[in-house]
Amino acid sequence: MVHVEEQTLIAVDKSQIVEKSADFFKQGFRLVAITCAAKDSFELTYSFDKDYKVTNLRVVLPKVDPVLPSITSAYFAAFTYENELKDLFGINVTGLALDFKGNFYKLSMKTPFAPQPQPPVK
Amino acid sequence: MAQMSIAKVVAKWALSRPATRLYPFQKRPSYKNTRGSISIEMDKCILCGICQKKCPTQAIIVTKATKDWQINRLRCIACNACVEACPKKCLIMENMYSPAVVVKGEDDKFHQADKPKAEVAQ
Amino acid sequence: MATRTVIPFGPQHPVLPEPIHLDLVLEDERVVEAIPSIGFIHRGLEKLVEKKDFYEMTYVAERICGICSFIHGQSYCQAIEGVMKIDVPERALFLRTIWGEMSRIHSHLLWLGLFADGFGFESLFMHSWRVREKLLDIIEETTGGRVIFGSAKIGGVRRDIENLTLNRVQDELKKIEKQSQELTDVFKKDSSVIRRTKGVGILTKEDAIALGAVGPTLRGSGVSSDMRKLGYAAYPKLNWEPAVETGCDCYSRCMVRCRELYMSFDMIYQAIAKIPEGPIDVKVTGNPTGEYFARVEQPRGEVIYYVKGNGSKNLERFRVRTPTFANVPPLVKMLGGCELADVPVIVLTIDPCISCTER
Repeated sequence: MVHVEEQTLIAVDKSQIVEKSADFFKQGFRLVAITCAAKDSFELTYSFDKDYKVTNLRVVLPKVDPVLPSITSAYFAAFTYENELKDLFGINVTGLALDFKGNFYKLSMKTPFAPQPQPPVK
Repeated sequence: MAQMSIAKVVAKWALSRPATRLYPFQKRPSYKNTRGSISIEMDKCILCGICQKKCPTQAIIVTKATKDWQINRLRCIACNACVEACPKKCLIMENMYSPAVVVKGEDDKFHQADKPKAEVAQ
Repeated sequence: MATRTVIPFGPQHPVLPEPIHLDLVLEDERVVEAIPSIGFIHRGLEKLVEKKDFYEMTYVAERICGICSFIHGQSYCQAIEGVMKIDVPERALFLRTIWGEMSRIHSHLLWLGLFADGFGFESLFMHSWRVREKLLDIIEETTGGRVIFGSAKIGGVRRDIENLTLNRVQDELKKIEKQSQELTDVFKKDSSVIRRTKGVGILTKEDAIALGAVGPTLRGSGVSSDMRKLGYAAYPKLNWEPAVETGCDCYSRCMVRCRELYMSFDMIYQAIAKIPEGPIDVKVTGNPTGEYFARVEQPRGEVIYYVKGNGSKNLERFRVRTPTFANVPPLVKMLGGCELADVPVIVLTIDPCISCTER
């Protein structure tokens, strides 16, 4: 018996992400994770859960100069995921409720997971 | 009284044998399945090199020209991948750990001796 | 207006099992706010997919954390099996369940010991770890290692347990269950435990859902949500219900974990009675293509594994969101307004596993 969970994936534009998350919050969804895959462009996946069913929203950002609005106005818990996006991938997230300005993850190399990582700070 | 619940446990163990073992005078017996360290029966080995490819930490080095098989004891994580992959079943997982060292020495080398001609004729 | 001082908590502290840094802003012994920062144990394991193929990543996934090691390996195998649509045999599913529940018992016994040490009850700490030693011996006898099991494999499990061994394991587990009954009685009734944990670290039900809490932190606030109900491994065939308490404080989270301990013992006995005969693995061919999210219940909460493959031997992206990472915002909320002496108890009540958080 193959156990495969149903995966619903909806593609959204980055300007709609804030109002869609506020909509989910009113319906009682729980924020599960914000995942990022970086190769030719940044692919972000926002996962929300209600009653054991998960819904994914997909946002695609260009490789050069990526800017993203924050969803901490609806989900305050997203500050950990968005600070991690800033520190590891170098994505510019605007409007964060709790901004660590690059000090959340203390690493010797800035943005190690980005397509062009910078050399370690001496 | 609410303190009596822990007093019962403490009193029982204070009056019976200690739960700890007086190591190094009493050593701990190993089980049959314990993954301790790797040993090889060099006569059966055909020097194919499959164990070298399957090792996740590159701890095994096989040199076909000089008929040598060596293993770096500090890199080996005792994962059992080489034992399962060997086609001639000449690798064995012993259940005793390799002894601790204070200096990083050389690898453990095993050499396959040439078969004497009299035995081959029979 | 009282003066404010900033005190650093961690990364080295006698009560923390792993390094995390918190800046506590204090006003005369009362904590006003707490600012977390992580990064002391970041090993960059997600970037290793570029070098190791997807078979060898099983070994890496098992070594993300020492306490929840088997369930990390199981979740990785489930994620790859979901992408490649592999059918795992029944006996392997039951064996995975048995080892997963043993892993959960050992993790909860370890946590009970650390929690008792957090408020100074050292003899209870030592007795909890004495009971756990017997369980580690059983695990070594069946898998070969005390902490890193090495049994997870894509398509099944790597070694089998014979039925005679399973019956002997059941008898030993009954003895361990009786000994842990004495310990949980102390946690439930002892007056010093109740004084230190009741009313401390309140997290209301609305806050728990809004801040994304998972695991016993969520179930201690009255929300019934346990990922084992999703139906992976052999859980649909066993008879159980999630453990929920409505106290919303540290005492109810402790009670949730004690109840889960007994639920795990019961689930192992049911699985041993129902385990079928058959093969333990299936041959896997080909490379993974596509993406998949796998969700599994770890002892600390819900873990989500994301894998993305593009048809070659190396995966394109591998991402783990562990439960302690999701429990950091509730921790920051619970620390606002508490006394300085309650900080270790509140930090330990979310069961921090920082090496999972930072991979």
